[in-house]
Amino acid sequence: MFTAIFGSVEQGIIYAIMALGVYLTFRVLDFPDLTVDGSFVTGAATAATMIVLGYHPAIATLVAIAAGFIAGCITGILHTKGKINPLLSGILMMIALYSINLRIMGLTADNSIGRPNIPLLNAETLFSKFYTWWGSLGIDEAINNFLKSIGVQFVPSTWGTIFLVAIIVIMIKFIVDWFLKTEIGLAIRATGDNKKMIRSFSANTDNLVIIGLGISNALVAFSGALIAQYAKFADIGMGIGMIVIGLASVIIGEAIFGTKTIVRTTIAVIAGAIIYRIVLALALRVDLLDTGDMKLITAAIVIIALILPQYFDKRREKSRKAKRHAERSVAIKKKIKQEANDLA
Amino acid sequence: MILLNLKSINKIFNEATADEKIALDQINLELKAGDFVTVIGSNGAGKSTMMNMISGALTPDFGSIEIDGKDVTRLPEYKRSHFIGRVFQDPMAGTAPSMTIEENLALAFSRNKSRGLKIGVDKKRKDYFKTSLEMLHLNLENRLNAKVGMLSGGERQALSLLMATFTQPSILLLDEHTAALDPSRAELITKLTKQLVEKDQLTTLMVTHNMQQALDLGNRLIMMDKGQIILEVGEEEKKDLSIAKLMEEFQRIRGEKLTSDRALLSV
Repeated sequence: MFTAIFGSVEQGIIYAIMALGVYLTFRVLDFPDLTVDGSFVTGAATAATMIVLGYHPAIATLVAIAAGFIAGCITGILHTKGKINPLLSGILMMIALYSINLRIMGLTADNSIGRPNIPLLNAETLFSKFYTWWGSLGIDEAINNFLKSIGVQFVPSTWGTIFLVAIIVIMIKFIVDWFLKTEIGLAIRATGDNKKMIRSFSANTDNLVIIGLGISNALVAFSGALIAQYAKFADIGMGIGMIVIGLASVIIGEAIFGTKTIVRTTIAVIAGAIIYRIVLALALRVDLLDTGDMKLITAAIVIIALILPQYFDKRREKSRKAKRHAERSVAIKKKIKQEANDLA
Repeated sequence: MILLNLKSINKIFNEATADEKIALDQINLELKAGDFVTVIGSNGAGKSTMMNMISGALTPDFGSIEIDGKDVTRLPEYKRSHFIGRVFQDPMAGTAPSMTIEENLALAFSRNKSRGLKIGVDKKRKDYFKTSLEMLHLNLENRLNAKVGMLSGGERQALSLLMATFTQPSILLLDEHTAALDPSRAELITKLTKQLVEKDQLTTLMVTHNMQQALDLGNRLIMMDKGQIILEVGEEEKKDLSIAKLMEEFQRIRGEKLTSDRALLSV
């Protein structure tokens, strides 16, 4: 149980990077970008392929990020220059990436052009590189001995993963927060908010949409590259439903932690991604459900997260109205009484 | 010096369909630097279309537009807005509702600069925004972090006006910017308009439905009807113009136009 939850926190933090990307498009740019299902795999495939081909995992990850950026930009160009509907632009790019991803992974095969998966079992990854350094610090033993001494029975094999991914996601959060406050960032937010207005303040909304989609998909591909190295494989099907997972994280986070400021919303999105993973892990522990039901559970979580806030808002409004009505009736009654007294 | 020059602008909407509409028909207009021209005319006269031509939201079918001696006919809207400020009729249109007052002002502040990775609202700019907001006397300077969506229509329109004039644009376009407000708010915005335009001697084109406003503001007046400019009133004549006179003039021109149209048809 503890191991399962610990694992989902680790994964949740990595998926949070993807969720931040989805937040940039869906919320900031108001652009429902479905490229994500493809660009997530592009990130994973690019990183895995380059690692197998012998490149340093850090370089492989950087190239994966660049690949995601390019994919996002192309979706943006399809929409702004080609005047294709946002949803359709994303779907077209997603389907095109499916073939491209097969080709990318195919670079590792001698006898075929495409390849649907790459195992990374004995390959050097960012994580394995990090563990060698982390192991020499002896922090794991220290923490686990301490936990055992206070009676905690289940301890994870390493704290390194969670430490590494947490550092990465916190850095990304600060970069996103900072970026959205720069002049370009403000213009991107205004593009999602009121295109007509920002055009009248000399901003090229086409370019801003393209840049925004590029950055979003760069984050998504980064997340894909890390997941591939974490799970030690890349697979052509690993991106299916990714957009819904990202959206689920954004919606859950926003519903629980609110959206008052950018700084708070990015925290909310990260927390949403982690909570989503934990909920999923718990749901899978129910014997009735199987790993194949994951997408169904995801859909259910999103539906609940979308409907519940509406329900609560309605109830809050109702009780507020009832309260106000009660106050007014009391006041009216008082007034009538007063008048009656005055007459008498 | 001629700042804005419209040369025989033509625009037809829904060409070659049953809904074909001649929106602008041979529009010629010159604005000198510092001119404040008010534009009146009935619905569908082509006032807003003309504004959209100047701002670049629409391009003319024929004709050319020069600003400061430079042909801008094919220059896209976002490039033209380097030197054109606009306030729209809809108070929601000129600001970004989910962003704060200071962020909106930062967007306006970057209008004539290229946007980079500099923080939009730094300490220095914040002070400048504050002093600028004080001019509005709406206490917005103490609500810099309030989201603009929370402001009233009048407050938003005042903010839009400040934002449009923030970087002293070569041309200021006001498209019925008081029409959606209640009378007292409209009066406030009219007053602010006068104040802000006078402060920087902005060359301004203002469309209005309100005849009195058209007479009170500006040094020139034009009247449009059916895509044409049918009356131009210069600086001297405008001083002793009244609503009654304006109506009379309108009737006279319209009457003449109608008879001449009929004459044409009968030929």
